[in-house]
Amino acid sequence: MKIHEYQAKEVLRKYGVITPKGIACFSVDEAVKAATTLGGKVWVVKAQIHAGGRGKGGGVKVAKSLDEVKAFASQILGMQLKTHQTGPGGQKVRRLLIEEGADIKKELYVGMVVDRVTQRVALMASSEGGMDIEEVAAHTPEKIFKVFIDPATGLKDAEADDVAAKIGVPPGSIAQARVQLQALYKAFWDTDSSLAEINPLILTGEGKVIALDAKINFDSNALFRHPDLVALRDLDEEDPAEIEASKFDLSYISLDGNIGCLVNGAGLAMASMDTIKLFGGEPANFLDVGGGATAEKVTEAFKIMLKNPKVKGIMVNIFGGIMKCDTIATGVVAAAREVKLSVPLVVRMRGTNEDMGRQILKDSGLPIISATNMADAAKSIVAAVK
Amino acid sequence: MSILINKNSRVMTQGITGKTGQFHTKMGKEYANGKNCYVAGVNPKKAGESFDDIPIFGTVAEAKKQTGANVSVIYVPPPFAAAAIWEAIEADLELVICITEGIPVRDMIEVKDRMAKQGRKSILVGPNCPGVITPDEIKIGIMPGHIHKKGRIGVVSRSGTLTYEAVGQLMDLGLGQSTCVGIGGDPVNGLKHIDVMKMFNDDAETDAVIMVGEIGGSDEETCAEWIKANMKKPVVGFIAGVTAPEGKRMGHAGAIISGGKGTAQEKLDVMEACGIKTTKNPADMGRLLKTVI
Repeated sequence: MKIHEYQAKEVLRKYGVITPKGIACFSVDEAVKAATTLGGKVWVVKAQIHAGGRGKGGGVKVAKSLDEVKAFASQILGMQLKTHQTGPGGQKVRRLLIEEGADIKKELYVGMVVDRVTQRVALMASSEGGMDIEEVAAHTPEKIFKVFIDPATGLKDAEADDVAAKIGVPPGSIAQARVQLQALYKAFWDTDSSLAEINPLILTGEGKVIALDAKINFDSNALFRHPDLVALRDLDEEDPAEIEASKFDLSYISLDGNIGCLVNGAGLAMASMDTIKLFGGEPANFLDVGGGATAEKVTEAFKIMLKNPKVKGIMVNIFGGIMKCDTIATGVVAAAREVKLSVPLVVRMRGTNEDMGRQILKDSGLPIISATNMADAAKSIVAAVK
Repeated sequence: MSILINKNSRVMTQGITGKTGQFHTKMGKEYANGKNCYVAGVNPKKAGESFDDIPIFGTVAEAKKQTGANVSVIYVPPPFAAAAIWEAIEADLELVICITEGIPVRDMIEVKDRMAKQGRKSILVGPNCPGVITPDEIKIGIMPGHIHKKGRIGVVSRSGTLTYEAVGQLMDLGLGQSTCVGIGGDPVNGLKHIDVMKMFNDDAETDAVIMVGEIGGSDEETCAEWIKANMKKPVVGFIAGVTAPEGKRMGHAGAIISGGKGTAQEKLDVMEACGIKTTKNPADMGRLLKTVI
């Protein structure tokens, strides 16, 4: 689960990470009021959306007067902010963060993720803050330092000091950096984060260490023990189709193509999408109905796929194990009738009771195309939508 | 031979009183030699009771002591699953197979850390996996038993239904399997592709291996490098997720491309460079394997 920058900063502050003073706002009036409350002469007006790259997209502006705060807030609030992470349509800005300006002397990068190889939390730090860290990793990997943190001890003083020195924190600020890095780790661990990033972590002219930006993603599997974090979820930032699907325990992700896919199992669902692509088509979605799909679940899955106006055909690919093909076939027929299906439908079923399943499809009188394997199914649906 | 499990394995089910645990214990018991294999269940509150003639014990240690079970399969719900895994490891079971999906990653980091620091000998498979089957001998997990047949092909995969797909294609060509291992779709887990591959390499009853991977991480690449240097048997591969967009979790917690790393194409390139024949057509896994034996 993702949260906004201002929420991430609130979480991090509880653990002792220092951030600029800031106030979250939902209107231009609130933004001006926030700037007045914060005081000072320089403010930063920051669009709050879940995607990165906001600055480049024009979603972050430095204001030097209250009039400028008002102008920038009006400009940013409500805009479709396009970044490399939002997709071509952009994301509507509904919230702002107004922050006091900071005296930036040096920009650093720190981030944490779970490292699959060492099976530990990895701290990554670099002197090249403020920019796209993936670019740094690709071109100058020697500028990224990593610490694989022992879960029994947490980030040790010596480890934190060492990495701080390597990324260019001056001796006088090392102790501060240590506190911040350890606070970041504690926050990551306690909140079951899957990613936490401060980019940039800045050094000010006075040698202070401050988190100028913050990003946290949480492990969805651990949310049951963090009701306080669940409350931070912003449904406006999520795809309505994905939210709808999650209500029925369906795993759905929207894609750009025109062939809807309904599959059981995540791996097989990805493989089905790949097969469609291999034979010249483009999948409209990833949809895993899971191992225990019922006729009702299949019907809901059809409804969700068909809400996408781009869908010109549907491919169902089921390997019936515990879930029997006749059950799925019954669900498919019921769904096709209920939604008055008007696009081509190709069904491939394999496994338990596959003959019964095929017979049910045939007897339904619906124009369902039966396929014997995944490749045939993909070829048929690709041909049908052309 | 086969790997990991055979007809002499003795299995306890942790979470035998839940709906899923009961259903799959029953299916396992009905498969091949299952009646002799499934010997115990564990539930701290139901010790002394039984399910389908299988006695239930209060702890893993007690179940092991009373029945000689050497393998555990876990269907305990996610909030309690890591503790269940640890109980099985502390009881020194030879093999612990965790089917449970949705365990917090932090819990698994702690389990793996303690396993390493205490030098635990138990082998962990999963979590979030379909389990392990040695056809016509024993089935431990949620895979449909009847689609398999005893033979000489090994299958290792991160995904459940995609494993069944591979098995189905082998069966269409008349090829049976020595053992099929689902290692699961979580980022922090037990056996990786490379560990299973080493076992297949040493197994006298395995002639060739189908390796099925998916986007995310670098386990397939690590395994491919090992195969290049050490594997004496042919391996063919498929990676799911060529069309998966970056930053989106494709069902499995571990199936995510991040920072441009872990793409299907990258994995396929490394595998091909290491001498593994790969296909981009998942309907072609069985046929591809047949070309190398």
